[in-house]
Amino acid sequence: MNPVVAPTSQPSAPSASAASGASGASGAPAPVIGLRGAAVRVGGRTLWSGVDLDVRAGEFTAVLGPNGVGKSTLVKVLLGIVPAASGEIRVLDRRPGEAGSRVGYLPQRRSFDPDLRIRGIDVVRLGLDGDRWGVPLPFSRTRRDERERIAEVVELVGASAYAHRPIGQCSGGEQQRLLIAQALVRRPEVLLLDEPLDSLDLPNQSAVAALIGRICHQERVAVVMVAHDVNPILHHLDRVVYIAEGGAVSGTPDEVIDSDTLTRLYGTPVEVLRTRDGRLVVVGQPEAPAVHSDRHAG
Amino acid sequence: MNALLASASASASASASVASAATSGASGMTTSVWAQPFFHHALLAGTFIALAAGLVGYFLVLRAQVFTGDALSHVAFTGAMAALAGGYDLRLGLFVGCVLVALLLAGVGRRGKADDVVIGSAFAWVLGLGSFFLTLYTTSASGLGDGGAGTSVLFGSIFGLDGGQALVAVLVALAVAVAVLLIARPLLFATLDENVAAARGVPVKALGLGFLVLVGVTAGEATQAVGSLLLLGLLAAPAGAAVRLTDRPFHGLALAAGLAVGEMWAGLALSAWIPQCPPSFAVMAAATAVYAATWLRPRRASRSSLVVARG
Repeated sequence: MNPVVAPTSQPSAPSASAASGASGASGAPAPVIGLRGAAVRVGGRTLWSGVDLDVRAGEFTAVLGPNGVGKSTLVKVLLGIVPAASGEIRVLDRRPGEAGSRVGYLPQRRSFDPDLRIRGIDVVRLGLDGDRWGVPLPFSRTRRDERERIAEVVELVGASAYAHRPIGQCSGGEQQRLLIAQALVRRPEVLLLDEPLDSLDLPNQSAVAALIGRICHQERVAVVMVAHDVNPILHHLDRVVYIAEGGAVSGTPDEVIDSDTLTRLYGTPVEVLRTRDGRLVVVGQPEAPAVHSDRHAG
Repeated sequence: MNALLASASASASASASVASAATSGASGMTTSVWAQPFFHHALLAGTFIALAAGLVGYFLVLRAQVFTGDALSHVAFTGAMAALAGGYDLRLGLFVGCVLVALLLAGVGRRGKADDVVIGSAFAWVLGLGSFFLTLYTTSASGLGDGGAGTSVLFGSIFGLDGGQALVAVLVALAVAVAVLLIARPLLFATLDENVAAARGVPVKALGLGFLVLVGVTAGEATQAVGSLLLLGLLAAPAGAAVRLTDRPFHGLALAAGLAVGEMWAGLALSAWIPQCPPSFAVMAAATAVYAATWLRPRRASRSSLVVARG
């Protein structure tokens, strides 16, 4: 859980500049995700417009904002499930939805039925071959490679101890790790996560956040994660997209989660406070029940 | 009309032959029943019907759609009665009715999964319609007062299948089994993780529809073996036992099919030995006994280690 900064200094990361720097466009590799003036309409209503965003390999980006502003819709636009109303959107140099297994996806979800008697490892395996017709043949040539890859990815998320148990009997955090393994099993270059920390307890929130940060920086996966609360992931983040009031700002966490920036975005005075332990609290944000608990705590 | 009369008379002659075999002494009884062509037809058709029912049933249980199967059992009765009243082969009514209603349930229910209220409302109305058709059939000239057709659809008449009917049953069941195996993996994905499967390009909705069509065909098949009232048992019991016995999905699929076939054989053998024991009852008794036995099995070791790990 601890060193998220360490991997960037390892020689395995050939382009460390990409992970750290978003400012210098020259020399940086082309972004894996690019949005230019993107807008989306759902049911005749424009959810947001004018969103610009570049995400490069190995960058951890959070999509923040109050409830109901269309954070999940941004992920669905990147997946190609929801069409963009205007603007240009590129995912891995293709249009959304055309990059296939190079994009991993973890939807917002409730947990599995406790009575579900399917092993975690079988759920992970579906990420590898679930879209293939037929049934797995017992003596096929690729079977050993597949088994090795599944064991590898289960090890990566630290789920080896319980991957052979029925997934319904695993805890919420364990299920979430297995589902992250499922999303990673085909070595995607982009990982889209929709509120993966939702419904986890605090220790599991920080553990899963650290896991995602590690995967992002070590495996050079570009992560875009919709989040309710920025604090569990704050230390792992490279970029933030903050959606509110039909608009959006993007940049580094320090640039975006800032009193002046958010005041401009909301159009009303908003203050960002930093508590002694480094947590950020947004005060004065309209229609945001999400931060009530934080406000009392701060 | 001809087919109907043939099936009705075959049913009558089959039960007569069982009865006569029963009266002709213990040693002669078993050999004579086992050697009868009606028993061979029943064994052949029953084997493949059970195979299809086991495979389809596994996904019904996994998708929590067992009560879709229950609705279809009502429809099976009504469809067969409607066909008889209209003067057609009752199997035509079975298949058309089951498939149409399976599609209807899928269309009304959201996302290819029929919901409880929809199924519940369909139940009573459909069964009432069935009794209407039965009355229409028995009181019409074409019915010739054959009230037994209703009973044979409700409780099955597998010993009444002739060679041609058995062959059709085998071919249809085989087609269902192949189709289930073909869609097994994406269907499992769509069942466990609908959103991820859809994002991966799995045609979730089409699979749900296609699966319900297979359920409809299987319900029509199983009605011939165990009757519309009991077909739910053939769909649910072997699959339920398999789900309890293994936590590996494809082992479970194979086990459900294997258990269903084994239970069909055991039931047919039982009813051949004991003439008072109708095949539908014997098959259901075997299926229920196996399912009940899975509850006697001790808890898995992994479960206890889980408790230790958490404690």
